[in-house]
Amino acid sequence: MRTILYFIRKEFIQIFRDKFIGKAIFAVPLVQLLILVPAVTFEIKNVNLCVIDRDMSADSRKLISQLEGSTFFKIKYLTFSEEEANTLLQENKCDMVLQIPSKFGKNIGVGEQSKIMVSINAINATTAQLSLAYLNGVIQNFNMNIAVENAVPLASLSKPQINISSRHWYNETLNYSYFMLPGILAILVTVIGFLLAGLNFVKEKEVGTIEQINVTPIKKYQFITAKMFPFLVISLFDLALGLLIGRLFFGVPFQGSIGLLFLCSAVFLISVLGLALFISTYSSTQQQFMFVAFFFMIIFILMSGIFTPLESMPQWAQKVNLVNPMVYLIRINRMVMLKGSGFHQISSDLYALIVIATSFTFFAVKRYRKTS
Amino acid sequence: MKRFIGFVKKEFLHIFRDFRTLIILFGIPTAQILIFGFVVSTEITDVDIAFLDLSKDEVTQNLTDKFCSSGFFRGVDNLHSYNDIDDILKSGRAKAVVIFSENFGRDLMSQGKASISIIADGSEPNTATFITNYASAIISDFNKDFIKDGSESRLLVQSEVSMFYNPELKGHFMFVPGVIAYILILICALMTSITITREKEFGTMEVLLVSPLKPIQIIIGKVVPYFILSFINVILILSLSWLVFGLPVKGSMLLLLAESMLYILMSLSLGIFISTVSKNMQQAIFISLVGLLLPTILLSGFIFPIENMPKVYDIVSSVLPPRYFITIVKSIMIKGTGFLYIWKETLILILMTIVFIGLSVKKFKIRLE
Repeated sequence: MRTILYFIRKEFIQIFRDKFIGKAIFAVPLVQLLILVPAVTFEIKNVNLCVIDRDMSADSRKLISQLEGSTFFKIKYLTFSEEEANTLLQENKCDMVLQIPSKFGKNIGVGEQSKIMVSINAINATTAQLSLAYLNGVIQNFNMNIAVENAVPLASLSKPQINISSRHWYNETLNYSYFMLPGILAILVTVIGFLLAGLNFVKEKEVGTIEQINVTPIKKYQFITAKMFPFLVISLFDLALGLLIGRLFFGVPFQGSIGLLFLCSAVFLISVLGLALFISTYSSTQQQFMFVAFFFMIIFILMSGIFTPLESMPQWAQKVNLVNPMVYLIRINRMVMLKGSGFHQISSDLYALIVIATSFTFFAVKRYRKTS
Repeated sequence: MKRFIGFVKKEFLHIFRDFRTLIILFGIPTAQILIFGFVVSTEITDVDIAFLDLSKDEVTQNLTDKFCSSGFFRGVDNLHSYNDIDDILKSGRAKAVVIFSENFGRDLMSQGKASISIIADGSEPNTATFITNYASAIISDFNKDFIKDGSESRLLVQSEVSMFYNPELKGHFMFVPGVIAYILILICALMTSITITREKEFGTMEVLLVSPLKPIQIIIGKVVPYFILSFINVILILSLSWLVFGLPVKGSMLLLLAESMLYILMSLSLGIFISTVSKNMQQAIFISLVGLLLPTILLSGFIFPIENMPKVYDIVSSVLPPRYFITIVKSIMIKGTGFLYIWKETLILILMTIVFIGLSVKKFKIRLE
């Protein structure tokens, strides 16, 4: 035990001797959280609209003003030329072109249907679908207003109707920062723990100082524990820093138990540190480690469900995700922070993490050889 | 010149000596294209929902069936009381709970009104929005069927929609340009900065500096292999996206390749610049990773549209080269536009290249400290 303590002390001294790491520990969470959290959003603030009004009637003007009145649409251009509108779409100056045909008002007046033509820049399919949904909402409203004004006997009003009221629990206003921050925190501890630990370990090999450790009577498990521990502490410190930033800058609530969150993150860290050590046993230079680590990290992050729903992934991908520790941590973080889930609600995820952590570490210890 | 060719050859050998480098060079682009193409999708299907049916009559049964057969929802549980809602949402077994009030069917028949509440898990805002939207659609559909009298439900104004550039609303159109932009900056900036700092850290730079090669030759020699490999990568990604996803290049291929070369050149000069400001490999790695990769993925409009971000980020992202390159690739590949539409972005990339080269030349030290 005393050996480990001395070893850990040596590690800490060695790590902090590099001033850059000291700076990185503070800079990484600040940069990541402050820059990334607000930026990452699917929320649509404004859709730039180009309107071709061939009708110029009271009705068409009413529709346009209704669009303008909604918070999503911004009428940027009014034109009569379809060509010009298409050019605007091509140049990304507007996202949507709306064509109101002539006779629009006349048709409505006599109660006939009329079609408006909509062209949407759909390169980003998600945004396109959402903007269409908003547009349909406005058009529906417009229809309702006409119906009321024309005093068409709205039979439907007297017919049976089901009303819907919907609420969003845990995040009433659907604030994206609340959604992203717990995920970014998971990336943060991974970047710090995984990269720093692995690089540190390989550096000993690369510089050759590992030989000096290998000739000491220190045991394998002692060595690995002592190598892991400082990075566990540093990463958890960064987690705390990240939580503080989330609280101060984004007002992200914390419903659950902080202890539970740290416990889960610690288990998660053991798994990624184990993986880092495992990869590093296969690498002899920092560069080699970086490349392999980066390959895994990218795949872990992209598949972790931080940006996209896990459920929409194909079956085989969901199976692969069973061994992806980030999936569990991101889910746990969101549940504990936003919903205040307790131990029994996240227990299955936590157990999975424990299994992953033990096996990764086991392989790392097994792979590590004192002889070369 | 012969000396220089020898040096370039040595650099190539350095790269190919290690299979891990090849993983980064060709494994990551392939894996990414496949993951983005097959795994990651923002489409939402099969959302798990639970029902709290306080009425348990024919109408609510019908509605429940309608929800479950819609393809968007999968009923996972029937709750018995309001107290269960919190637990099922907290444990994440369901993403939303649909509540039918008591005497639902009777109220609907007798008073013509009944209400459904939907409680969605707002911790995933996207999913929550989709759930409430789909649920509303299903219920208004049900309303229409229920009235069984189509006359007054005819809407006067209807919209005819055409989705430009991407009529099938595929996600591929978004990510292929993004992956190209980001892989190139990864390979060029990260790898060149690492190889150069590595020589510095191990003192082999000294050996190179005392050799008859000029400093400029050393740098160009280090960069040439990556230039060639990156270019091969562009072709690899383009053919992958064409073969696997059937995504053709609409505009001029020549223009696209020329623009890619410009972007590669820019990334390489950025990599050289990083290597001149960082003292060792760890620093170079951190600057490239934290400073370049994450912002490239998240701020350049690759996954998240820049227009939706707060104004400040628009300004921040305007110094990120990938942003311009992504616009260029999208214009050429998907919209099929010509050079006239992208000359501004091209000019910005050229300026950035010049700035980075200028800074590196100024910072590059040929003396030891």
